[in-house]
Amino acid sequence: MTVYLIRRLMQSALVVLAMTVILFLGVYAIGDPVEILISPEADQMERERAIAALGLDRPLWEQYVAFLGNALRGDLGRSFVFNEPALKLILQKMPATLELALAATVFAIVLGLPLGLIAGLKPEALYSRVIMAGSILGFSLPTFWVGLMLIMVFAVQLGWLPSTGRGPTAEFLGVQWSFLTADGLRYLIMPALNLSLFKISLVIRLTRAGVRETVLMDYVKFARAKGLSQNRVIFVHVLKNILIPVVTVTALEFGSTIAFSVVTESVFAWPGMGKLIIDSIYVLDRPVIVAYLMIIVFMFIVLNFTVDVLYSVLDPRVRLQDQKA
Amino acid sequence: MTPPPAEAAIASAGLAPAASREETPLRRFVADFAESKVAVGAFVVFVLIVLCAVFAPWIAPQDPYDLAQLDILDGRMPPGTMGGAGFTYILGTDDQGRDMFSGILYGLRISLMVGAGSAFIAFIVGTALGLLAAYFGGRTDTLIMRLVDLQLSFPSILVALMILAFLGKGILNVVIAIVAVEWAYYARTVRGTALVERRREYIEAAECLALSKPRIVFRHLLPNCLPPLIVILTMQVARAIALEATLSFLGLGVPVTEPSLGLLIANGYEYMLSGRYWISFYPGIALLVTIVVINLVGDQLRDVLNPRLRK
Repeated sequence: MTVYLIRRLMQSALVVLAMTVILFLGVYAIGDPVEILISPEADQMERERAIAALGLDRPLWEQYVAFLGNALRGDLGRSFVFNEPALKLILQKMPATLELALAATVFAIVLGLPLGLIAGLKPEALYSRVIMAGSILGFSLPTFWVGLMLIMVFAVQLGWLPSTGRGPTAEFLGVQWSFLTADGLRYLIMPALNLSLFKISLVIRLTRAGVRETVLMDYVKFARAKGLSQNRVIFVHVLKNILIPVVTVTALEFGSTIAFSVVTESVFAWPGMGKLIIDSIYVLDRPVIVAYLMIIVFMFIVLNFTVDVLYSVLDPRVRLQDQKA
Repeated sequence: MTPPPAEAAIASAGLAPAASREETPLRRFVADFAESKVAVGAFVVFVLIVLCAVFAPWIAPQDPYDLAQLDILDGRMPPGTMGGAGFTYILGTDDQGRDMFSGILYGLRISLMVGAGSAFIAFIVGTALGLLAAYFGGRTDTLIMRLVDLQLSFPSILVALMILAFLGKGILNVVIAIVAVEWAYYARTVRGTALVERRREYIEAAECLALSKPRIVFRHLLPNCLPPLIVILTMQVARAIALEATLSFLGLGVPVTEPSLGLLIANGYEYMLSGRYWISFYPGIALLVTIVVINLVGDQLRDVLNPRLRK
């Protein structure tokens, strides 16, 4: 187990290192670093001073080592636009994105699980077909367009929900959250639903497949034969067993939910990391772009690592196979 | 594998049951595909969409890229308004007075071209790498497959965002981004199929004949790995179109002068709040229909080309 952990950890560290090389080359080899790292408003004197200060006159590998050293100390450069450390800017926006992604995950479970259960128990019924057709739509509809349609229907036509923005927040554990105020919740509903669309479809399909497989199992037949009520069989014997894969996949999807929140945040003007990165790309605020990519890539690697370790704890075949290889 | 079911399928699909004709693989494929009415309908719609896109200059009442033809006074007109140019804006106009119907037809061209083009390039790149991995094995295999794993562990939007953040916007860069996102799916699939196929007798026979390696890989191995790849290609065209639309909506995709469907939708965003829904609504419907019909055709192709499901 320890051997497996160390191997996996080393692999992850290698990937992180590879990503820093890619990002470094992205900034220093593809683009002109002078243009990228120095504000376009700077005059000739300032430019030369900045080039010397940033060490852009030194060889590439030396610059890379410096870049890596700064990154390790949490220094990912300063934003041109806000003139603040890029890392700090992103960390400030992170709670908004996390809140949105969490709310989307809750939606996915709360809506997806019952719908999948219904569709799985009576696969031939008309309403099951409607649910499945809906889930296909959920996979193929472009998220941003659905977001616009949500705004059109619920904000413009019906006027039930606010169209964009985050609304009032309340402080909890030193961070501002929307879901603690009633009005903030109203702002949260549409973006969270929009972001969760794909996940709802995924949970519906997983649950349906799980239910269809499980109801044929001997232990379910046995539970029925014992004379247990239909409700008890479904909610205790069937549901318990399909929850494991559903929860695993939902947790795995959390990272991509954060990545895809870029789209939802742009549609609903939600002030999270995703909106920040898009705005930064518009104004070519490269330190923020680099910092965002570093953070999110790092997050993904940590997430993948955790999942792999959890799997190897739960399923001994995974680590045994790896040891042989 | 016996002819009767296929003939029955031809008859049930309303095609003339030609008893005198010999059964060819292509004919059987068509008959199998026609078994699903939904898939045939989707295919017909898809062909219509492609025709609309190809013949856009002859169908569209206006050239939406020609600024001289746009009348700013006709801006933001609701669907069905008679314009100053003497034709009816059946789907309304956008803020620059661009006829939405024409805009959608021309936008479809860009969306389809970028989608099909990048999916096809990804198909070539991914297939080549997957075949290399399967045929040579060992280090090559490990290296390519590690890359595939790495690629697939990041969501598509993140990879595309990373590439476009450095390369900047533009059609070519969008294509590069989509290829970077999609190649891994082909590589993984073709490797899996090729590993099974290369142990078959015909490969052994070809090796006994001392044929050159490229000839074995491309003339013998590749054709037998194609069916699952065709299914993926179909699905990935739909994904590429959706991804291009998303990137264009975010302002990272195609240039403003030649709007694809995604950019048309983005243009309507600010007018949505004042109730001028049509600028975003109709391009979205066009996008949606295109993606859904391609997916439906792909679904049926998967069933038809899957040997395990064949009767």
